[in-house]
Amino acid sequence: MNPNSTPDSYRDPIPNSTMELLTYTLQLADNALIIGHRISEWCGHGPVLEQDIALTNTSLDHLGRARSLYQYAAEQFNKLPVEKKTEIFSSVALQNLVSTAVQVQEDDLAYLRDGWDFKNVLLLEQPNIDWAYTIARSFFYDAFNFLLFSGLLKSKDETLSAIAEKSLKEVTYHLRWSSEWVIRLGDGTEESHSRMQKAIDELWMFTGELFVADDTEKVMAQQGIGIDPLSLQDAWMAIVKSVFGEANINIPAGAWMQQGGKEGRHTEQLGYILAELQFMQRAYPGMEW
Amino acid sequence: MTVHSFQAHFDDLIDREVTIEPKDWMPDDYRKTLIRQISQHAHSEIVGMLPEGNWITRAPTLRRKAVLLAKVQDEAGHGLYLYSAAETLGVSRDELYDQLHSGKAKYSSIFNYPTLTWADMGAIGWLVDGAAIMNQVPLCRTSYGPYARAMVRVCKEESFHQRQGFEIMLTLSKGTEIQKKMAQDSFNRWWWPSLMMFGPPDAESPHTAQSVRWRIKRLTNDELRQKFVDVTVEQAKVLDLEMPDKEIKWNEERGHYDSGPINWDEFWNVVKGNGPCNKQRLETRKRAWEEGQWVRDAATAHAEKWKARKAKGAVAA
Amino acid sequence: MEEQKINKNEWPLWEVFIRSKAGLDHKHAGSLHAADAQMAMENARDVYTRRMEGVSIWVVESKYIHASDPAEAESLYDPANDKIYRHPTFYNLPDEVKYM
Repeated sequence: MNPNSTPDSYRDPIPNSTMELLTYTLQLADNALIIGHRISEWCGHGPVLEQDIALTNTSLDHLGRARSLYQYAAEQFNKLPVEKKTEIFSSVALQNLVSTAVQVQEDDLAYLRDGWDFKNVLLLEQPNIDWAYTIARSFFYDAFNFLLFSGLLKSKDETLSAIAEKSLKEVTYHLRWSSEWVIRLGDGTEESHSRMQKAIDELWMFTGELFVADDTEKVMAQQGIGIDPLSLQDAWMAIVKSVFGEANINIPAGAWMQQGGKEGRHTEQLGYILAELQFMQRAYPGMEW
Repeated sequence: MTVHSFQAHFDDLIDREVTIEPKDWMPDDYRKTLIRQISQHAHSEIVGMLPEGNWITRAPTLRRKAVLLAKVQDEAGHGLYLYSAAETLGVSRDELYDQLHSGKAKYSSIFNYPTLTWADMGAIGWLVDGAAIMNQVPLCRTSYGPYARAMVRVCKEESFHQRQGFEIMLTLSKGTEIQKKMAQDSFNRWWWPSLMMFGPPDAESPHTAQSVRWRIKRLTNDELRQKFVDVTVEQAKVLDLEMPDKEIKWNEERGHYDSGPINWDEFWNVVKGNGPCNKQRLETRKRAWEEGQWVRDAATAHAEKWKARKAKGAVAA
Repeated sequence: MEEQKINKNEWPLWEVFIRSKAGLDHKHAGSLHAADAQMAMENARDVYTRRMEGVSIWVVESKYIHASDPAEAESLYDPANDKIYRHPTFYNLPDEVKYM
């Protein structure tokens, strides 16, 4: 994705910035889809009816955002010259689609890309395990998202800024909900406290990746389209510390952080998610549903 | 007032179609029948989340995924409205859960059938929700106020469920050969259990007369079933699907479709627990409840601690 | 509300009142369970406003609601029956009088 690597860029600079925007949008979309998918697994299995409903609302917010972003990413993708299109995603299914010269749609990007082309952070693909893990995962992400979309309101890209405006309302509520549950579990019973602390301890190593900017994020930040995630880290830590303080939860000592999601190097979890998520589209290609 | 005059007053309200409210005097039988019927309905909603919930992670498009998720969530909401209505009769939701989990309470047998393909999301919406709506619409005017109000809310929300199901079936039946096969296969499997949803034939349904008087029920099982057959045959034509019942035939004289015999032996067996998924469904519900205990306890403990701290003035109101 | 068999572990029951749009009264929407007021408010939002049904929510723990006794309905409400002079249509005014 080096802007000087292809001769095309000399004649036509648009495809390259389109590439960056595409990758950036996909990263946002993949995050939304994967967390939405994970949370949707709770539907029908929640600890109490009211919270089952609450969690599903959140899942629907994430999936709704994923759709808007995939639609926008599809627009970017369709603008690319055909040789670029065949170069970006290596899945046979998408290659076939590109070769027939049809325009890709939101679903093609969600259902026909292989795991290594997914850009979501590792945190979000981690399994639900129990209510405490689910809450911890959401809380880490909601706090990040709240800051990210607050920043993206000012994006020079109008579509992203419009999506940010809608998302920020949703995420503000998500953060409130997950913060309260961190506090409830942390402060509740001995059992809930130890479960909450354990979930925080085990998921902590997946939080670092949120703040490590990849090349795309750097370029997008420079252009005023995206946000450099590193710039959000202090504010994120302040939210975490304040909620943990009320919840009587300790910040884990471990400093080693996992990463790789943004480059498509995932944990084993993503494969299983995609096996379910993409099953229909892969088993019955090219059909309307 | 004597019990007799209470009864007379109650009967008078029923006959004048005046709504009965929680604090009104009501005969024990009425209360019991209502608790049984409302809780059965509530249980059906939450057990009913499971067969469709199966396909949330496998829905074929993002739009379908969101719609299915919203639909299954609605079922949780319907369960909640109905449990709330039952609670006004002096029974707690936890007690009702106990009855479900211990196998004492029943839920609609249809949810003991498996969802094997994506087309089942269509068939359930079209047939199962269609049958449910037919059962439920008359209950919006049932004699017990909280139940009637819950049903108004349920029916309002339910109308999108059947439409989305039919839309899935329509898409499949207009799709490729394999999609059409999927739709027909699903129709074949869900047709008979859907007919059974209306309950045993009137001749074998002991509570019907009393329940009709109390407006807990407004049409008999067989009347509703006939209505369902009549509309569904026409809808199947639009879908260009074959009726799974080969004996379906228009009867000019009756002005209704005649249909083949229902396998009531299968029905009673599924009711008794011998359906393909009875055990699995109940275990899933029990597991969710038991694994949620520590979460519910934590919230209670936190609420109590917070109240105590507030009383001590340690936190701002 | 009638004192119900309380399960010690069950979250208390709350009544939910929703204002469907600015300018209207809050109206009873239904009930739900929640561990505390904050959660009750959020549960009400998640359960009862999924279809844009509301712009404002009240929640009150059900046990704090005092309800009138239906057995006293006659003595409570019937006396209002003969006070028709409380209604504007009771008064005959000449047609020429406008805006009143």
